[in-house]
Amino acid sequence: MAQYLALTYTADVDWFAPEQAEGLAEYRQFAREDADSILASAVLHPTSTATIVRVAGARGGDVVTADGPYAETKEALTGYYLLEADDLDAAVAVAARIPAAWNGAVELRPVIRWN
Amino acid sequence: MTEAYDRLAETVRVEGARVLATLVRTVGSLPVAEDAVQEAVLAALRDWPRTGVPAQPRAWLTVTARRKAIDILRRERARADKERDGGDLMELSTPDLPPESTVRDDQLRLIFTCCHPALSPDARVALALRTLCGLSPAQIAAVLLTTEPAMAKRLTRTRQKIAAARIPYRVPSEADLPGRLAAVCGVIHGLYTSGHAPLGGEVAVDIDVCAEAVRLGRLLHDLLPDEAMPAAVLALMLLTEARRPTRIDDTGDVVLLADQDRSRWDAARIAEGCALLDASLRCTRGVADPYQLQAAIAAEHARAASYAETDWAQIVRLYDLLLTVAPSPAAALSRAVAVAEATGAAAGLAALEAIPSSARWHAVRGELLAREGRYAEAVEAATRSLTGELTSPERLYRERRRASWATMAAR
Repeated sequence: MAQYLALTYTADVDWFAPEQAEGLAEYRQFAREDADSILASAVLHPTSTATIVRVAGARGGDVVTADGPYAETKEALTGYYLLEADDLDAAVAVAARIPAAWNGAVELRPVIRWN
Repeated sequence: MTEAYDRLAETVRVEGARVLATLVRTVGSLPVAEDAVQEAVLAALRDWPRTGVPAQPRAWLTVTARRKAIDILRRERARADKERDGGDLMELSTPDLPPESTVRDDQLRLIFTCCHPALSPDARVALALRTLCGLSPAQIAAVLLTTEPAMAKRLTRTRQKIAAARIPYRVPSEADLPGRLAAVCGVIHGLYTSGHAPLGGEVAVDIDVCAEAVRLGRLLHDLLPDEAMPAAVLALMLLTEARRPTRIDDTGDVVLLADQDRSRWDAARIAEGCALLDASLRCTRGVADPYQLQAAIAAEHARAASYAETDWAQIVRLYDLLLTVAPSPAAALSRAVAVAEATGAAAGLAALEAIPSSARWHAVRGELLAREGRYAEAVEAATRSLTGELTSPERLYRERRRASWATMAAR
């Protein structure tokens, strides 16, 4: 078994907004139906709530915070699923059921396993 | 190098690629299998010219590659200082050759791995040349017009992605097959096109990419004889290949279709291409894919006894169909040429209006303007067609045309 981080890139929405209820329900349905493949997941607040943190110079330097997002793009990182799958084809099949796949894009990144 | 050595080298290369397919499955690692086959191939190239080709070259390469793989795995294990189960080493130590059916399955698996849509199109082509055709990174770099270090890096990155992302070594399921097959056919046809119409300069390559593409096309059709798309791609390549030797004359000049010596076209390839196209069309029952349509167009040309007897109206119809299933500026441009032949240069010029301009667009426009007697405009179009990358025969041809039109314009 391999692990993949499925990063969802979609419109930068506030999931608490009433008009997102229907969309959120689609994600919940995916999470229910594919529960066996999902090890962890998170839904993110919109990028307007993001904070960028940098430390000037080297470790212990001044902490510099700034208002996010790191990169201004049309589609923002809005959440992730940590998936477990036999191989890339199996992971793609699961990722294709995440609503973000048709509302934006899903980036599948293989996770390094330290053993 | 002598011709005999070249033949030997090709045998070793092709057989090596065959051995690789099974070794990848056995050792479960593309880099290890590649290294092992590479070492076996080098040993064969070193020893065989001295000792003579063994009675069973395939068996020799298989056994040698397995032995090299065992060495590599042992070295890796010693370095990693860990015990793994010796299962794969056991299978590698058997003296038996894998049965033909196993080799075929392994070859098909390797084809689908190398042409996986999760790999970039460039990476697919490079990996196919490396693992399916057995070319060295230097040869691939020459074929794809890049440098050897850049090619080696691209191949390494591609192998890393296959391993890290776990791209499977497996023939796709029935449901996924059509899409995955399209990716494989795209690689093979892309390879053929890169050899048939190289961009820019005089490319001195000791590898015939077109022949490699045809070989892969044959292999794929052979492995999946009931699939329409591989048959159509092979048909298209054979029908194009049949006319290739007459496209350039002895002095390296371009010979137009109208002036080509049709008696030198390869009748056997044309017959095989036409038969494959018919078989492919029977599989799909009417709904033609882009390869079938391009093959049908090539077949029309190949079957015409002379340029004058070409059924241009039929060719225009086929291009119309092609543009509905796979619109592209190149196909639209070829359609405009066919329209000019079917109904006259004025109609061809009108058809050009809707197509975005390119160097080839200006070249076609120049020819059609000259036919209409508009020489001054033709010269201008020819000049614009000479910008950008061109093969030297193509450049010489266009410059000659421009000079002759300039003479006509001055009269």
